[in-house]
Amino acid sequence: MEMLIYNFFNFEIMAEAFPLLLRGAGQTLLLCAAVIPLGLLGGLIVALAARTRRRVLRYAVIAFIDLFRAVPPLVLLIFVYAGLPFAGLDISPFAAVCIAFLLNNSAYFAEIFRAGIESIGAGQTEAARSTGLGRLQTMAYVVLPQATRNVLPDLLSNSIEVVKLTSIASVVSFQELLYSADMARSLTYNSSPLVMAAAMYLVLLWPVVRILSRMEHRVGQ
Amino acid sequence: MSTAPEAGTWAHFIETFFRPDLIDQYAGAIGKGVIVTCEIAVLVVICGLALGMLLAIVRAYRIRALSLIIVGLVDLLRSLPPLVIILLLYFGLPTVGLTLSGFFVLWLVLTLVLAAFAEEIFWAGILSVRKGQWEAARSTGLGFNQCLIYVVVPQAIRMTVAPLTNRTIAITKNTALGTVIGVGEILNEASTAQSFSGSATPLMMGAIAYILLFIPVVIVGRWIETRFQWRRA
Amino acid sequence: MAAILEARGLWKSFGDFDALKGVDFTLNAGELVFVIGPSGSGKSTMLRCFNRLEEPTDGSVMFEGVDLMNRSVDINLMRRRLGMVFQQFNLYPHLTARDNVTLALRKVLGKSRAEANEIAEAMLDRVGLGDKADSHPGALSGGQQQRVAIARALALEPSVMLFDEPTSALDPELVGSVLQVMQQLREAGMTMVVVSHEMRFARAAADRVIFMADGEILEEGTPDKIFGAPEHARTREFMQEIGQ
Repeated sequence: MEMLIYNFFNFEIMAEAFPLLLRGAGQTLLLCAAVIPLGLLGGLIVALAARTRRRVLRYAVIAFIDLFRAVPPLVLLIFVYAGLPFAGLDISPFAAVCIAFLLNNSAYFAEIFRAGIESIGAGQTEAARSTGLGRLQTMAYVVLPQATRNVLPDLLSNSIEVVKLTSIASVVSFQELLYSADMARSLTYNSSPLVMAAAMYLVLLWPVVRILSRMEHRVGQ
Repeated sequence: MSTAPEAGTWAHFIETFFRPDLIDQYAGAIGKGVIVTCEIAVLVVICGLALGMLLAIVRAYRIRALSLIIVGLVDLLRSLPPLVIILLLYFGLPTVGLTLSGFFVLWLVLTLVLAAFAEEIFWAGILSVRKGQWEAARSTGLGFNQCLIYVVVPQAIRMTVAPLTNRTIAITKNTALGTVIGVGEILNEASTAQSFSGSATPLMMGAIAYILLFIPVVIVGRWIETRFQWRRA
Repeated sequence: MAAILEARGLWKSFGDFDALKGVDFTLNAGELVFVIGPSGSGKSTMLRCFNRLEEPTDGSVMFEGVDLMNRSVDINLMRRRLGMVFQQFNLYPHLTARDNVTLALRKVLGKSRAEANEIAEAMLDRVGLGDKADSHPGALSGGQQQRVAIARALALEPSVMLFDEPTSALDPELVGSVLQVMQQLREAGMTMVVVSHEMRFARAAADRVIFMADGEILEEGTPDKIFGAPEHARTREFMQEIGQ
């Protein structure tokens, strides 16, 4: 028991590592602030592109979505980070994470937006078009606002996944929360920094998970 | 890269990502990785879904203390990045005298994470079965257990097949996280080969292996999604 | 005539709301009793208290000489003797019509699948749906679904059938087929309690009509008396509202 406390809940080591982890948490938040809006925007564009009447473009878009849903994010990230320099493109860890996340998240968010748009009946579009609104106007003012509301729980759920996913940036040495914690662990030979990092993720995400869980159950009724 | 042609040309692209001699050399290693990935994936899917279902059924009995424990565990596993738990168990447990293999840790963590998500999804499914179904079953004399097993759970499963499939695919892809703790799955073999050969070709091979493995799964998932648009009676 | 079902002082509260306020009800073997009254009067609640789908707050229910409120009674075995038909049919959407009928036969009565299938097919024949045994509820009309639901209850050989607004969720043109099955049951001597607004059927088939309002039985008697010369003002008011 004492050993357990010493190795996992060592407050001395936690206090020592705290500033480092706090900096890491800041980087995690920064990363989220970049990749979540990017993913949402990318996903929206992909979802709209998937509705094009041009068959070739539509198939290309669906292939894009399936491709990036099939590749594990970590594989994509390492491919971008370690692979692109061979092609003569040297990029920073931050840029690599942004590129990999943009590709992966766009595919996931696109599926959600697509389901949302499909959940809105054709009557809405017909009504809007009958009042003289154009195709894009109809989408922007009538369909998307309703579609977004319908899939809000899914958007939120996927955003939580993205926040958790930023932890893989540690693998390419981006100094976010998990990287900082693991560095502190290897320096101190003690797991307490990892426990503290877990606690920080928990503080950040648990309230959102709780809210989401309530939303999902209401939708399920 | 001494023989590399000018950067930016097609030949250079092939030379970087598809060197035939390297493909030959590392096909075996990547193949071994594919087998390990498949082994973990299958074990995780079976154990995770079964455990998730079991927890959802336990929760249906509405025993307060048990439900609270389940909800707490599920929330914890939904809030923490899997990689954090993997590192914590893999590097932390040996310090208290419990050494687990990377394979076991990866399997355990992904199983628990999948079980947590599956429990949530199954539970939402059980809740969405209408009260009339319970009443009809009870009125014919079925007990609570029989009602749950024969009437409610089958409907809950059908209603949850689509979200469950998507979540299962997403979590199964996390087998790639095993590379961080030295599990010899595809990504690990590919990264090792990349650093030995100094070429991006093994990485490309790894990526293609994942695509070949998961594209069929994604397509089947898409099919399931449209097939099981469940109509409630 | 012997009482097959007897409820005394049945009381049911939902929070502050009293849905049943001490109802006394006796059902004799072979009787068809119709229960009418405005919505929210407690008709369905009373019916559901008879098989304890709704747990009465107070009172007693004796069925075939057994006290259903006694904790040591196996309510599941009693329930199969008290068939129930619901407004929303409540067929199991994941099972075929045949399996909807056989589930309780196999799981409550422990019959083999072959034996249960035989019974199910006979029951489905009886409600005129012998050719729909392999259909899922989603492929059946509302009237057909309700007849499968009746077959599901009948298969358990109940001594009493409880009908909770069996035709209220049906399109008008489908009501007839369900009433016809109920009429056949009646002719075969089944004891029945029917909560319904089908007044014409009540006049033609009921032995006794009960009028309920605000959780109480206000009046009861033969159809001729209740429809022709109701005593209570609330009954007359109700008859006028529904145009009888």
